[in-house]
Amino acid sequence: MSPVNAVVRRELGSYFATPVAYVFLVIFLVLAGILTFYVGDFYERGQADLQPFFVMHPWLYLILVPAITMRMWAEETKGGTLELLLTLPLTLWQAMLGKFLAAWLFIGLALALTFPIWITVNYLGAPDNGVILAGYLGSWLMAGNFIAIGACLSALTRSQVVAFILTALVCVLLILAGQPQVLDFFQGALPRRLINAVAHLSMLRHFEAISRGVLDLRDLLYFVLSTLGWLVAGVLLLDLKRTR
Amino acid sequence: MIETDKLTRCYGNLTAVDALSIRVEPGQVLGLLGPNGAGKSTAMRMIAGFLVPTSGSARVCGYDAMREPLKAKRALGYLPEGAPSYGEMTVREFLQFIVRIRGLRGEAGYRRMDAVVQQLQLDEVLGLGIDTLSKGLRRRVGLAQAILHDPPVLMLDEPTDGLDPNQKHAVRQLIDMLARDRTILISTHLLEEVHALCNRVVIIARGKLLADATPAELEARSRYHGAVSFSAPGSGMSQEMLGRLPQVAGVEIDPLDGRVTVFPKPGARILEPVERLLQEQGLEVSEIQLERGRLDEVFRQITSGDDVSRGVAA
Repeated sequence: MSPVNAVVRRELGSYFATPVAYVFLVIFLVLAGILTFYVGDFYERGQADLQPFFVMHPWLYLILVPAITMRMWAEETKGGTLELLLTLPLTLWQAMLGKFLAAWLFIGLALALTFPIWITVNYLGAPDNGVILAGYLGSWLMAGNFIAIGACLSALTRSQVVAFILTALVCVLLILAGQPQVLDFFQGALPRRLINAVAHLSMLRHFEAISRGVLDLRDLLYFVLSTLGWLVAGVLLLDLKRTR
Repeated sequence: MIETDKLTRCYGNLTAVDALSIRVEPGQVLGLLGPNGAGKSTAMRMIAGFLVPTSGSARVCGYDAMREPLKAKRALGYLPEGAPSYGEMTVREFLQFIVRIRGLRGEAGYRRMDAVVQQLQLDEVLGLGIDTLSKGLRRRVGLAQAILHDPPVLMLDEPTDGLDPNQKHAVRQLIDMLARDRTILISTHLLEEVHALCNRVVIIARGKLLADATPAELEARSRYHGAVSFSAPGSGMSQEMLGRLPQVAGVEIDPLDGRVTVFPKPGARILEPVERLLQEQGLEVSEIQLERGRLDEVFRQITSGDDVSRGVAA
């Protein structure tokens, strides 16, 4: 697994080689704070939990994850380094996995840095820390899913802007799929079974279940399989590029 | 060793590489020569396993580039066209990345990196970002990347493109040094490079192999091969007399500098008779030269299919 390790280190290094990583971390933390305290009514609810904090995560990721993943393959394609990378002795899978893990670890770091909010809620009351841990796990899994989508779509194009927009688009569709407004819209037009299927595709539904502390195998599988699926699609896309 | 067997690559209707079969042995430095867009880079990308051939196959040290890609890639050091590298990294970080991904571990990895840094004189720029380097230095970083694992096969796509004469010389010296018991394939459109580096030349155009020879053999195809040229004041007189020599096929005078070129009949040696004649005529010749043949002329003849006897002397 040494090549994967090398790619992870290179990618993480390149995040921190420019101020972008620090800017990202600051924006993430500031936004997470603002959304939790002002939009989420953290104090007014009068409950010692982090629901208002986790509820905002899908929307945070919607903007911030595509910003991380857009360069993943598009930049390599445009700058010609793809040729360098793919003629080094590693498989496409190892390259994809390395890039994915680097981005996932980076989001993990951003999540870990939100620990003051966890300290705050423990200072103010007696929350169920198990539920909070589940919330963090769910959030991280969801971030992984977003990253996999971004990694796949970044392999599709040589333009970072296109990669950003496509990723944000797919992510917003997957977030909204389970919302009652969307499902109501299709109520008359689609058979009930299909609407149920669409509802189950929704990331929000699975994420909310986990972040309430309910660790259902099906929710975990949803994230793991969906992440793997997008990564496989990304590898296939890259492989296709070598044939065309 | 590099072998390709009817290697073919199509982009839509365009056939970029057309049934190319070449074989490069250890100790050989093969120059892949061709006009821009001839398919040199496409061929190299298939050998390196970056592009999938439409048909045919390529092997590096006996490993098929498609079927055993990792083994083939381990045996190969490859400098892609334009020497791409990660601009945001420093030279040290970049080379360490290559060391890691090539699986050179610990002490051996460090020693190898030191040696390559010495060889390419990169010690002073190790801490600098690759984006801030000059074109020549970036090319050297690309070369360092290619030879870091001491590969038995080297493939360099236009290794001296965009370098100044001194840098070109340094890169050629390096390739010369590496050439012993290695297999080297370089692509170029610089003819002087072929002279300086290669012991074999393959010329391709529109994806097809057109010639496979040593540089000397190619030069022998030139009509300048064995010709004698000299500069002398008042040489207009001699033109007629030179033309009357039995071994001479023709005489030309450059309208710009008045230099006289005497062409031999096929297989004839004319240096001696020409010199004798000039002496007899008492002509002061400042300098006289036996031509080896002009590669650029042969190159043009082969790649454009033009009749050279009509062509203007280069």
